[in-house]
Amino acid sequence: MLILHCPHCGIDCDETELSPGGEAHITRHGPGASDEKVEEYLFLRENPKGVHFERWRHSMGCGKWFHAARCTMTLEVFGTYPAQTTEPPESIRKILSEKRPGWSWRDFA
Amino acid sequence: MSEPQSALPGAAFTGAAQITETGLRGMITLKGDLSATKLKNIAKKVSGVDMPEKRGANIKGDNGLCWMAPDELLILCPHMDAPTIVTQIDKALKGTHYLAVNVSDARAVFRVDGQGAREVLAKLTPADLHPDSFGPGEIRRTRLAQVPAAFWMTGPQTFEIVCFRSVAQYVFDLLSNAAKIQAQVDYF
Amino acid sequence: MSKRLAAGGRLIDRAIPLDFTFNNKRMHGYEGDTLGSALLANGQVLVGRSFKYHRPRGIIASGAEEPNGLVNLGSGRTLEPNQRVTTTELFEGLRAESQNHWPSLEFDIGAINTHLSRFLPAGFYYKMFMWPPVFWKYVYEPFIRASAGLGRAPNARDADTYEHFNTTVDVLVIGGGIAGLQAAKAAGENGARVLLVEQTAHWGGRAPVDGAVIGGKPADAWIEDTITDLEAMDNVHIRTRTMGAGVYDHGYVLAHERISDHDPREDRPRHRLWRIRAGQVITATGAIERPLSFAGNDLPGVMLASAVRDYAVNYGVSTGDRAVIVTNNDDAYRTALALHEAGTTVKAVLDARTQAAGRLPDKVRALGIRVETGTGIAKVKGVARVDGVALCAQSGNGSVTEELSCDTVAMSGGWSPVVHLWSHCGGKLLWDADRAMFRPDPDKAPTGADGAGFVHAAGAANGEMSTGAALADAHRAAAAAMGKKLRTKASTAEDEEEMPLEPVWLMPQGAGDALRSKTWLDFQNDVKVTDVQLAAQEGYESVEHTKRYTTLGMATDQGKTSNINGLAILSKSLGADIPNVGTTTFRPPYTPISMGAIAGEARGKIFQPLRRTPLHDWHDRNGAHWEPVGHWRRPYAFPRDGETVEQAVSREVKNAREAVGLLDASTLGKIIVKGPDAGRFLDMMYTNMMSNLAPGKCRYGLMCSENGFLIDDGVVARIDDDTWLCHTTTGGADSIHAHMEEWLQTEWWDWKVFTANVTEQYAQIAVVGPEARAMLEGMGGMDLSAEALPFMQWREGKIGDFDAHVFRISFSGELSFEIAVPASQGRAFWDALIKEGAIYDAMPYGTEALHVLRAEKGFIMIGDETDGTVIPQDLGLNWAISKKKEDFLGKRAQERSHMTDPGRWKLVGLETVDGSVLQDGAYAIADGRNANGQRNTQGRVTSTYYSPTLGRGIAMGLVLNGPDRMDEVISFTRIGGEPQKARIVGPVFYDPEGEKQNV
Repeated sequence: MLILHCPHCGIDCDETELSPGGEAHITRHGPGASDEKVEEYLFLRENPKGVHFERWRHSMGCGKWFHAARCTMTLEVFGTYPAQTTEPPESIRKILSEKRPGWSWRDFA
Repeated sequence: MSEPQSALPGAAFTGAAQITETGLRGMITLKGDLSATKLKNIAKKVSGVDMPEKRGANIKGDNGLCWMAPDELLILCPHMDAPTIVTQIDKALKGTHYLAVNVSDARAVFRVDGQGAREVLAKLTPADLHPDSFGPGEIRRTRLAQVPAAFWMTGPQTFEIVCFRSVAQYVFDLLSNAAKIQAQVDYF
Repeated sequence: MSKRLAAGGRLIDRAIPLDFTFNNKRMHGYEGDTLGSALLANGQVLVGRSFKYHRPRGIIASGAEEPNGLVNLGSGRTLEPNQRVTTTELFEGLRAESQNHWPSLEFDIGAINTHLSRFLPAGFYYKMFMWPPVFWKYVYEPFIRASAGLGRAPNARDADTYEHFNTTVDVLVIGGGIAGLQAAKAAGENGARVLLVEQTAHWGGRAPVDGAVIGGKPADAWIEDTITDLEAMDNVHIRTRTMGAGVYDHGYVLAHERISDHDPREDRPRHRLWRIRAGQVITATGAIERPLSFAGNDLPGVMLASAVRDYAVNYGVSTGDRAVIVTNNDDAYRTALALHEAGTTVKAVLDARTQAAGRLPDKVRALGIRVETGTGIAKVKGVARVDGVALCAQSGNGSVTEELSCDTVAMSGGWSPVVHLWSHCGGKLLWDADRAMFRPDPDKAPTGADGAGFVHAAGAANGEMSTGAALADAHRAAAAAMGKKLRTKASTAEDEEEMPLEPVWLMPQGAGDALRSKTWLDFQNDVKVTDVQLAAQEGYESVEHTKRYTTLGMATDQGKTSNINGLAILSKSLGADIPNVGTTTFRPPYTPISMGAIAGEARGKIFQPLRRTPLHDWHDRNGAHWEPVGHWRRPYAFPRDGETVEQAVSREVKNAREAVGLLDASTLGKIIVKGPDAGRFLDMMYTNMMSNLAPGKCRYGLMCSENGFLIDDGVVARIDDDTWLCHTTTGGADSIHAHMEEWLQTEWWDWKVFTANVTEQYAQIAVVGPEARAMLEGMGGMDLSAEALPFMQWREGKIGDFDAHVFRISFSGELSFEIAVPASQGRAFWDALIKEGAIYDAMPYGTEALHVLRAEKGFIMIGDETDGTVIPQDLGLNWAISKKKEDFLGKRAQERSHMTDPGRWKLVGLETVDGSVLQDGAYAIADGRNANGQRNTQGRVTSTYYSPTLGRGIAMGLVLNGPDRMDEVISFTRIGGEPQKARIVGPVFYDPEGEKQNV
């Protein structure tokens, strides 16, 4: 069971107060997009051993979505941040570079 | 109009704590920019209490303001006042982006009062209810067993709990079961 | 013969005798006894039969590691199998029965298996029960079922209650021995919020039995003082009978409290599952003594040396009159001293080591007790219990040098730290070759959310076996848990110097096949040395595979006494080092916990939330036949006296068509969407246009997921310039609100839109039928004429005295008003409708009539016509898909080749040729067979009902090229009968022009 800090309301949430939302930072490809882009958008997901970015909703709480940067191996949580962003914030990347030098995830590093 | 009915009129249980359905409470969801002066002013005006801090619950009798989310307040008031207050807010915030809606009837309210109150809730919610971690002045939105709920304290051993009206019986049964005198934990 | 000693027993109270029964035989014990100590006190050495060979089994341990003493406790609604006698506290009236034997414990037919044992080697099940398949059903399975298994699962409803308790602490200390007490004290005195749990009813663990002296005081006195100190601290909570069951990610720990097992009183919960959020965890879980592997070591009367000592010191019970002690370490000499003190004859201490020069052996020799070094047991003599032992040189092959008669063999192969809780969440172990044990590797602790270790092993659980070292280690662990230097100091103890043990994995070292095949590793699962060796020989190199193949370390004890010995044998067979072979995975729970505790309060009426509308009580009192819809309960129909449910449905449908019906529609979702960008947002949410809906009007809309599939539908009403009210399906209220919030928060967060789920704010009632308007007008209030409130519009006003929102929408094809009033007025409004309705023959109808009414009209139902793979185009709903909009959720996905495939099954109506009703989910049969030899299909039924209006069966279904095959007759599967023939027709069976709803 995870404990994740909700960056919106400041609660350290029990996993049972949260709903998972899959991978974070996915770009929407709508009408006009190529088949490849649509495939990527709808179906292709990372499955990393290590650093991962994922979406959570504080559903049994303030109801807000946030993102978590997490290690899928050790379950270490590098940080959480509001979902209103298209990429991991600088502060999180800095922590990752300290704790997991040389990390990369999709196009981020 | 007829006499409005709460979900479980008169439901009560006495055990390690006293469980009571409090009857209907006026509740208004107000969404908007909580830092906007207009919004703060009208919220204070209709409730008679100060704007709450993050996760704060400023309660005075039937009135109060609870911080629900960074863009959401819950305004508490006597049940019959809720429609008028919504109108007042609509008037005050006209032209701004906000949402004020009466949700009084969508809710049930319980009071859990007594020595065992913290313990009764701790059987049902993962929230940290140690007196050093949670006390009057704060609201906690969480779950009670399998349903969402929110609560605040109006005294050192008194909680007010809000849940959806449809699950009032479930929540009352949960609380009564947890408050059985034979099941005290003697923890807090 | 085991018996109660005339004196002694620090845990029992001889002033309080207790009666109990074992296999219906009356026995006597004392307050403070375990069932195990009481059985031994009553001379009951034989307590069960082994799993495979049904061999006689006696108690070997005194605690949680006991593999043999498993019984059924209670009966009927309180029956619980596989209860360990060594951890079951005795109470007045306890009823226990031994298990896994037939017809009786003393005479068991299954024991013949022991003579067949050479035909039942490791992997027997896998080798033997292969073929022919028919043997499985008639030969193998009955054989396995008859002979295998431990206790029987109870078949009566559990009479007890259970609960959960959540708590958050800084430091959780698991284990209330001296190390746990010391750690809790240190953490508490230094300001941490501490919870200390102990699985037994007593604090202090083994220290008092072993004669420890702490801070100049006997251990008992130190323990009492420490408990007093702990109880005085507000920030410390201590609890006995509470076992740390599992350590999980991020400091989540489950502990299992046995509240009333030791004293069943009415109404108390039986168990409580503690769900603990711990910042740091200290595992002070002690150590478990290892058996020695010699031939006949499974005979009743062969016990762990520490257990023999525990029974004497703690319970005043002698396990026999003449004991032989066999050991590879100094600690077992304490048993010799304790037995001597209790007046039991110790015939000899057999020490496998070549020297026994420590202070403890010296003390034993000084009492005149014979000590033989370099000596082991060749084999134990006896049939159903120990009669004697044959001695041999440990270094030899088992040539017997001497025989000694005895009735107890106390064995000690050294101690293994209890590393289970350390290991649950990823803590690694290192092999301490000097002390022949796995201990926690402090550099590889389980890590928490911050990436740092959060579990600290302390005392014997950390490999620190002596009293002083354990106390110091516990204090160190507390400091580590708090991340600071503590201002307190650990209590000190004078430790008796002990000489190192010598690992002995097989006794004697050169035991031949005849001895090894009688040498047990796992007493519960009947795994012998030869089984593990055979597994290795057959290529099972992984310890995990060997476990499954041989069953070593499986079942209720999970190998607490057998794992290390088994793995040492395996490593030797493989020619590998013990650390390279490794251990099997330690998984929670530490010892079995009850299913009831896991369920907690969730049973009976609070098994699940049951959602009730404001009209629930009325429905209940008026004969509602309930249907679960999600967590809601909705009336399916309201059967009257003498009516079947089907007849009621038909009556309700007809009445709605001919007079007026009342439906509780309160469960339908109602979501307010407001803001300058709300129109734009709804245009993305729905396939059709919502932004151009005029205030006061309603429009039916479809919602798709981004994958294109239809997920919800409902009527949207425009409230004012920037406010819309979206109705969803009953099941969609919460999920569609969440869906909207997801898109608003995570994709279009710059759009100015707020949403609120107001589903439960209103009681919503549909008044349906040709008389609906007349009836409502009779109640007074707002103008409901077709001019004032046309079809697909809504108005706010009054019905009678009630504030209402009235929506002129229809899911039945009839003139229909859906009226929302505040939930607190719902019941009064319903009562008023029922009263007024009497004049118009109004009657309530349930969900099944609702379904029939909509199916007659060809309206789709989410969840019937859709199943997560259906797109609106499949359902002929192209009219509700905007061609003008550039974008909406699912639009791009609906352009994918699979979605535009003309071969997709499409919605049609179906009429059986003979008027009968098609079966739900029936498939339309096509020619030929597929690659699996199954009939090909060309469609399926999605909704099927008897239409009372038409007097025949009607159905909707998805059929290949269906809309182009009107009037064609196709066949549908029918379970239990010949296929049914049905004609493809349009999906609207009733009033296709829609004249009735628009009046």
